[in-house]
Amino acid sequence: MASSRAARPGFRQRHGGTIEYILIPAGALVGALALFGVFVALFGKNPLDLYFYMYQGAFGTWFSWQNTLTKAAPLILTALCTALPAQLGMVIIGGEGALLMGALSATSAALLLQAAPPLVVQIGMVLAGVAGGGLWISLAGGLRHYRGVNETISSLLLVYIALAILNQLVEGVMRDPASLNKPSSREIGAANMIGSIPGTDVHWGFVFGLIAAIASYVLIYHTVFGFAARVAGGNVRAAKLVGLSVGRLIMITCFLAGGAAGLAGMVEVAAVQGRTNANLAAGYGFTGILVAFLARHNPLAIIPVAILLGGISASGGLLQRRLGLPDASVFVLQGMIFVFVLASDALYGRIGFLKGKS
Amino acid sequence: MAAGDIGYWTVPLAVLGGAIRISTPFLFVSLGECITERSGRINLGLEGTLVMGAMSAYGISYLTGSPWLGVLAAGVTGALLGALHAGICSLPRVNDVAVGIALMLFGTGLAFYLGKPLIEPTAARLPAIDFGFWSDIPQVRQALQINALFLIGVALAPVLYWAFKTTRWGLLIRTAGESADAARAMGYSVNLIRLRATMCGGFLAGVGGSFLSLFYPGSWNEGLSSGQGVTAVALVIFARWDPMLCLWASLAFGGAAALGPALQSVGVTAGYHLFNAAPYILTLVIMIITCSPKRTLTGAPAELSITR
Repeated sequence: MASSRAARPGFRQRHGGTIEYILIPAGALVGALALFGVFVALFGKNPLDLYFYMYQGAFGTWFSWQNTLTKAAPLILTALCTALPAQLGMVIIGGEGALLMGALSATSAALLLQAAPPLVVQIGMVLAGVAGGGLWISLAGGLRHYRGVNETISSLLLVYIALAILNQLVEGVMRDPASLNKPSSREIGAANMIGSIPGTDVHWGFVFGLIAAIASYVLIYHTVFGFAARVAGGNVRAAKLVGLSVGRLIMITCFLAGGAAGLAGMVEVAAVQGRTNANLAAGYGFTGILVAFLARHNPLAIIPVAILLGGISASGGLLQRRLGLPDASVFVLQGMIFVFVLASDALYGRIGFLKGKS
Repeated sequence: MAAGDIGYWTVPLAVLGGAIRISTPFLFVSLGECITERSGRINLGLEGTLVMGAMSAYGISYLTGSPWLGVLAAGVTGALLGALHAGICSLPRVNDVAVGIALMLFGTGLAFYLGKPLIEPTAARLPAIDFGFWSDIPQVRQALQINALFLIGVALAPVLYWAFKTTRWGLLIRTAGESADAARAMGYSVNLIRLRATMCGGFLAGVGGSFLSLFYPGSWNEGLSSGQGVTAVALVIFARWDPMLCLWASLAFGGAAALGPALQSVGVTAGYHLFNAAPYILTLVIMIITCSPKRTLTGAPAELSITR
């Protein structure tokens, strides 16, 4: 980083790093948008129309803003699933699996507590969702620490295992006999849904996401636990030398990470779907990985990035209707953004005017 | 009971047939990834390559009527994606695991985008060689309908084993994987070696994808591959970067994946979806057994980021 090199830091030295962290991802984003424009132009669509409808569909009206924030909610939570373990130097990409397990356990909790008052059911769903997702990612963390199994691959395998468990349960013991074509669990009941923020169509899940992101930020940057985690992420040997229990750090961090994604699953059940079925595997977990990387694993930066990418997802419907683009075009754009952002890592510390004299 | 006169013998037969049928994509992806990882780089994006390969093979086969042109197109698509991966990874400070994840998302997204018009039409399929002609039992005949790609893959494994061991290229790839400095000292460009190795890996993964759309299950749709590419990447780890072990592991995986449908065909339907997860569970279990936090895996290329 530029700031560490200077003896007497001037403005550039003090803020060059921060500016870099905003400028380079923003540049990557613009590059990806430009390339996507070229891509759709090859298919005979007008790229300017594309940008216009994307803006319209994401942030153009109050309606689309609400849509965007609704989509951003699970993205904030699943991004935390990648960002928290990243502090320890772990690459977890199984947020989708934790989301499914969280949804499954939240639904189970709701169905078991059916007789209780709604508030009790909702609290039960939150706890079950966090526990379900948390245990799922702890599994990957534990395998990494105690068995040396690579957490990237194991967490991804766990996604497919979670989907199989979900399919098994909604076709078996949890199945609602009324669901004919698409096997689903029984509904959790309208009274138990968590509803919207008053005056909007944005559900409370967005607030859950904000709270989780801010809490994660405080945890990482303003507590001893977070400091220890960052030390262990920087150098495991040094962490062990000063007596940190790396295993405990990994297990707790992975539990919190998975818990966040599990909460996303709970929100999708309790605020959107009302039940569990394979519709829940909508790719939020995978987009969350992109959000975490774009935000450079900073929980506060995750909030605006999730809103931005939530906007891109929300605009997909409009692009489909107005431009006749396939629904997968959002994934193509996300992929391009991801590739650009990672390639732009090479630029840090190399942009001349940010470096100053040293 | 659907099995007819051979009763529960259907199950091992179907598992055997499934092992041969389903293992082919695992085999190609893992052999390709073996080449890439031996050169010291990991490509997690092969899931995306597999799906792109399936899509482009189906498209080209539909347009030209020749499935083998489709296979070639899938390979070329895979090699291009491999080149993209290698190109980005050769930039300073870029993490190859993360780029792989990005290309996994990009590849699947692009395949779904470009493949949208291909869901309806029917393309020419790859032919199967009938090795079961001697039998009167339909289940045996069906199990021994073997595709030529499987045979190519089976032949490729010992060839790769030999090539790694004895050829100049094999030695260069291993040198780049064991010590980039040593390769540089010999006057070779590590990035160039890895570029070629990643392109070879992508080519094979693309070919593996063409098998999915052109033979089994044999059509293009978005649920075509769910994690088979990733499973194959994991498979390389416990195959100890050895092409021959990749072959046996792929067969075991194919068999595991065939277990659910085989049991269903004799009327055992309980836990059907859990059996579908069998290859992933198997991978995880084998990784748990073979990995250890105390030592690096035997046979692991020293430059490989994922095992260090």
